Amino acid sequence: MSAPHSVRHHSRAAAPFWLPLALLGLACAPPAWSDGGSPSGPALRSITDNSLRLPTLRQIARVITLSDYNTRVVIIGVSLLGATSGMIGSFLLLRKRALIGDALSHATLPGIGLAFLVATALGGSGKSLPLLLLGGTVTGVLGVVTILAIVHLTRVKEDAALGIVLSVFFAAGVSILGVIQNLSSGHAAGLSSFIYGKTASMMFSDALLIAVAAGLVALTCVLLLKEFTLLCFDTSFAAAQGWPVVALDMVLMATIVIVTVIGLQAVGLILMVALLVIPAAAARFWTHHLPSMLLAAAGIGAVSGCAGAAVSALTPRMPAGAIIVIVAGLFFTASMLFGPAGGMMARWSAHRRLSRRVGRQHLLRAFFELAEPHHAAAPRAIALEALLAVRSWSAGELRRLIRRAARDGVVQPAATRDAWLLTPEGAAAAWRVTRNHRLWELYLITHADVAPSHVDRDADAVEHVLDPAMIAELEALLARDAPLLVQPPSPHGLSPAPAAHGAA
Amino acid sequence: MSTTLAEFLWLPMDTQIVLVGALCAVSCALLGVFLVLRRMSMMGDAISHAVLPGLAGAFLITVWLQGCARSIHALPPWLSSLVDIDPRSGPIMMLGAALVGVLTALFTEWIHRATNVDEGASMGVVFTILFALGLILLRRAADGVDLDPDCVLNGEIARAPLDVVRIAGIETPRAALSLSAVLALNAAFVTLFYKELKISSFDPQLATTLGINAGAMHYALMVLVAITTVMSFESVGSILVIAMLIVPPATAHLLTDRLGTMIVVSAALAVACAVGGHLAAIVVPGMLGYPGVSTSTAGMMGVVSGALFFVVMLLAPRHGVLSRALRRAGLHVNIVREDIIALLYRIDERGLPSSHRPAAPSAIRRAIRAPRWSGWLALASLRSNRWVERRGTHYHLTALGRDRAAQIVRSHRLWETYLDRHIAVPSDHLHGPAEQLEHVTTPALLDELAESVENPPRDPHGSVIPPAASRTAAPTAPDPDASPRPTPRRDVPPDNRR
Repeated sequence: MSAPHSVRHHSRAAAPFWLPLALLGLACAPPAWSDGGSPSGPALRSITDNSLRLPTLRQIARVITLSDYNTRVVIIGVSLLGATSGMIGSFLLLRKRALIGDALSHATLPGIGLAFLVATALGGSGKSLPLLLLGGTVTGVLGVVTILAIVHLTRVKEDAALGIVLSVFFAAGVSILGVIQNLSSGHAAGLSSFIYGKTASMMFSDALLIAVAAGLVALTCVLLLKEFTLLCFDTSFAAAQGWPVVALDMVLMATIVIVTVIGLQAVGLILMVALLVIPAAAARFWTHHLPSMLLAAAGIGAVSGCAGAAVSALTPRMPAGAIIVIVAGLFFTASMLFGPAGGMMARWSAHRRLSRRVGRQHLLRAFFELAEPHHAAAPRAIALEALLAVRSWSAGELRRLIRRAARDGVVQPAATRDAWLLTPEGAAAAWRVTRNHRLWELYLITHADVAPSHVDRDADAVEHVLDPAMIAELEALLARDAPLLVQPPSPHGLSPAPAAHGAA
Repeated sequence: MSTTLAEFLWLPMDTQIVLVGALCAVSCALLGVFLVLRRMSMMGDAISHAVLPGLAGAFLITVWLQGCARSIHALPPWLSSLVDIDPRSGPIMMLGAALVGVLTALFTEWIHRATNVDEGASMGVVFTILFALGLILLRRAADGVDLDPDCVLNGEIARAPLDVVRIAGIETPRAALSLSAVLALNAAFVTLFYKELKISSFDPQLATTLGINAGAMHYALMVLVAITTVMSFESVGSILVIAMLIVPPATAHLLTDRLGTMIVVSAALAVACAVGGHLAAIVVPGMLGYPGVSTSTAGMMGVVSGALFFVVMLLAPRHGVLSRALRRAGLHVNIVREDIIALLYRIDERGLPSSHRPAAPSAIRRAIRAPRWSGWLALASLRSNRWVERRGTHYHLTALGRDRAAQIVRSHRLWETYLDRHIAVPSDHLHGPAEQLEHVTTPALLDELAESVENPPRDPHGSVIPPAASRTAAPTAPDPDASPRPTPRRDVPPDNRR
């Protein structure tokens, strides 16, 4: 809010570049609330003003065009931070260390306090940002090392190690802050913003720091993409290939510490944890390809940051950090529902497709086996009651299956009521699936020594997933031991030709 | 204010603070045992953040309901008494917290199950979103009311003595009363459902087959964690809750393998943290050069718990870092000892003249590729056992040592024979596995091994296999240089065998 004028001037040039992103972010944002006062910033509003009013068009326009210096800095800074932590969070997620960011963020507190104490003892102001960041980085790294040491040296599991480091380091930080507060009230005022953040009052220097960190992290990710990929997916393979796994892990962790420490002082602890976890988890639902996932996570992080900051600029009494988390949460929910790579809709529809195919194949085989004893040259009409008796399906379920099969043209109604017969395509499909079923049954009997009375269920499940190559192999295998008929006979005596039992 | 332990004056206020801290710590530790055993420690952290919307929501709904009730003119008397309840009172907050605690556990589980997201990540997603929702709810509606995140999450234990009630003439902090209730609840839960908790923590499938509803136990635990968290927040702050949920149980886990003991030890550790933390809060800043300054008791309780964990992690008798390192070093030295005497035995076998024997300490170390420290230790212990003696610059086996060495070489060569005959290991690959197996073969196993390869006189490489140990004592020790082949006299006492 109170940045020097020269800096303000310097940053104005970058604004149009971010315009499209800001627009996109605002489009994704939930409806905003505001108390509709002056548009210049949160500090001017009364705390007790509790009115809810939609922001005016002028305000929205000011935010979208990034015409307020403060809004511009916050939106750019938070978007960059979102993109960076989304990218680096993806590696954390894939390494199953999503919560290490949480422990790490808490572990920076004692370092910040110690740095303050040291600086004051040396006669400095104690509020120098680089020194505080350095302190936080040191204890953050110490926290990560402690977690790894506890996990490797004792039988304490990773979750407990995370919890121990998180709580003990944070408690140490609280104690140190307690000392500082009792030492000199007033000096320590800014320190607590490291815990809760102050997104809305981000300064240009903060945004610049984030930009530098973002550049570094992006560079590291691009340069070490192959190595990080190996590390995430197959650590032992990477080690066997001669990669310096421990060193790589340290580089990755160091990047995370840098991003976290810088992000912490800009946006606060919980938002930092959220930005490390949520965009990456959301991006995972869109792709199985790591570079795409990194880009998606960066995009989601950036858009959530941007949209959240924009919304909170319009609703000054809303904590910006919380809004950003909520926006990221909306992205996560949408991805979880609609993401093509493991999203719930995708899973559900794949499951539905499979169960429909299985149902139809069961229906076709029932038709085939009911018609089989009659040696009918022409397709034979099968009554509903007869079909009902073959499997444990309800009448409603059966009718639904038949209706769907009729729509697909494999079954057609017969002349008599409640009876159906197979179309030529249906007959061919029924022949194929019955053949699969019986080939598998014969295979189980001849090669797996399963009793004939036990093979039906097994084959019932497998018949749907046998592909042509597998069928060919089964045929070759069985042809060696038992010369097959065109359609192998059922081992249950369903077949009309008793002589065929010898084959099984 | 005095700052050294000797001058320190214990006031009733200090007793009250320690009492509140201990009650909270023990309540948390009781539940934490099961969180740590179920590998869900971070659930404590997640729930303690995620209860925020529950608190805010409960507060808002209560205020709204009371507003509605006040606008009705003819209130029934039972309802009009409810209208005056403070919306920040315990039961209401507990209700909201319990609800959100269960929701956190449910959402985490559901996202993890339905979509394969890693459990830690799904926890991270859920609790950050809930916390953010809570912040917004708080900011949105609790204006002018004393309910902000600093206050909710960072209670200060030092304020406990400011709010006291008189019970039987003794001033008791109000927080101590509510925390006693929580402790009683948790203790009752753990005692009543001890068996169920135990089985469902260690083996949920077994619990299910035994007819125990493992899911219900899980969610009951989560409800209690949420309630404990909330009730502790206002008196001691969130960070202490997380520390006490995780650190004392993890420390106890390093000390014992029995669940009952683990619970008792965690509770004891929790009390120790409360007492030590309060003392440290007063004393430690003075020791570090800030005289007259005291710091947060809750923070120092966490630090003390961490210090206790660190000490136990190093020194625990069975699972400690130090004892494990010592055990490993002992095993290593023992193997080096056996390698040394087997080496000397083989040198004797070759019958080289004394001057050509590669039996100087450095040569031995090089031959068995042992580090300097363990080679030195092994030789020293062999000499003190009188298995090996030094003549001039060279080492020689004594009769005792030769008997022992013969058994190791016998074990080695029998294993080579076995691997050659029964597993068809190529002859140039026999040595490696036999070199490892020789150290872990018990006498009984050795006898069976000899039987299964029908007591051959020679191994696949043509070396003579020393005969089995007879239990009769050997009268004299032979001169090692005189006979290359060991004599079959055995007097190894049973306690010398591993």
